[in-house]
Amino acid sequence: MNNFRNFLRALTAVVRKDLTAEWRSRELFTAMLVFALLVILIFNFALELDARARTSVTSGVLWVTFAFAGTLGLNRSMATEKDRGCLDGLLLAPVDRSAIYFGKAIGNLVFMFVVELVVLPVYSVLYNINLFRPELLLIILLGSIGYVAVGTLLSTMAVQARTRDILLPILLFPLVVPVLIAAVRASGGILQDFAWEEIQAWVNLLVVYDVIFIAIAFMFFDYVVEE
Amino acid sequence: MKFSQLLTLRFPQNMITVKKLIKRFGPKTVLRGLDFEVAAGEFVALLGPNGAGKTTFLRILSSLSRPAMGEVRVAGYQLPNQAAAVRRRLGVVSHQPLLYGDLTAEENLRFYGRMYAVAHMDERISEVLEMVGLYPRRSDLVRTFSRGMQQRLAIGRAVLHDPEVMLFDEPHTGLDQDACIMLDGVLREVAAKGRTVVMTSHDLARTADLASRFDVLSKGKIVDSAGRDRVAPNDLLAFYRGALKN
Repeated sequence: MNNFRNFLRALTAVVRKDLTAEWRSRELFTAMLVFALLVILIFNFALELDARARTSVTSGVLWVTFAFAGTLGLNRSMATEKDRGCLDGLLLAPVDRSAIYFGKAIGNLVFMFVVELVVLPVYSVLYNINLFRPELLLIILLGSIGYVAVGTLLSTMAVQARTRDILLPILLFPLVVPVLIAAVRASGGILQDFAWEEIQAWVNLLVVYDVIFIAIAFMFFDYVVEE
Repeated sequence: MKFSQLLTLRFPQNMITVKKLIKRFGPKTVLRGLDFEVAAGEFVALLGPNGAGKTTFLRILSSLSRPAMGEVRVAGYQLPNQAAAVRRRLGVVSHQPLLYGDLTAEENLRFYGRMYAVAHMDERISEVLEMVGLYPRRSDLVRTFSRGMQQRLAIGRAVLHDPEVMLFDEPHTGLDQDACIMLDGVLREVAAKGRTVVMTSHDLARTADLASRFDVLSKGKIVDSAGRDRVAPNDLLAFYRGALKN
């Protein structure tokens, strides 16, 4: 019980620290948001689509936007820990190191959600399509969790390397292909009003992926940060 | 005073014990069968040229790096198996401050206080900020601090949980003369509380004033060791050069 309390205390300390620092600097959020909005705008002009085609490409455009903006955020979030040696400061604390992982992952997830919350209404207006559907929001939640779970683990690995900026996407994208495919398929199905049974398999894949990669990160984070 | 503390006074035990330590990075062997012991309350200066393995050695003592072979004990606990117990008793200051620029001095200490489960947090933070002379700047963002102020706050962060053992990795790096003098005052205060201190440094003059023992590390091994009784401050350079020649 005491161990669990210590775990929660460390986890909340990391989340609170990340949110406070980001609230002050707005570095990460600004970069992610500007990038995401630019991608949407570029796609809007590049794909001059009719209403029917718009519905079919929306899920792909959305997830490309979330994935690339998310990579920017993951890279920056870990770089701030590495630049002033703060990662060592975290690792020197007498806490279960998985608490550090979950703290960083929750912080990254919050940043991603905030960007998604801004992107969705902008996209809805630009493409004249309603994205505020509970089922779609559930898919975005599940997809983001899977993306951040893997991304936080890999960004911790990549940040140790000199070529961290290019290393993260190279490591991350092959591993998140199942999440992106499942999320795009499920989102597309919802936007095209498919029956829930038709997209159920993709949702199940997202849930299984999330559980597996959270468990893997929980088990291996200690080894990833060790020298 | 507790009975266990009386025993420690009567029979000083080793706070750090290292036997036949080997560390490799790929094909390169950095530490080659290093032996090292520090008694409780000792202030040991670890001297040596660049690339001798000083930082690697301190990273192993602080549980940030895993030894390839050998035995490492800090405060009675074995590394890497009992790393969490070691970390609880350890304060580390490196040439990087390990502080967040976008948090204030007080927020930085509060964050680390939570990570170390420091009791009576408000009082302890005020006490530490007073000790390092930064209480008036407690609400300022750390990125607005000079290098010297950041290093003082880094020491505050390291002593916040009242550790028994302190490791300093070249704490004077990048500081001007005034900041060095102020840092020396804080280091003396840290040592005066009976803590065991290991400090790496290239600054022999400052080290001569602070440490009670001088060990020279070269090519991954301790090549000579002498107490303050054997090496006068003025002879430290000759001792250092002699140790490297042998």
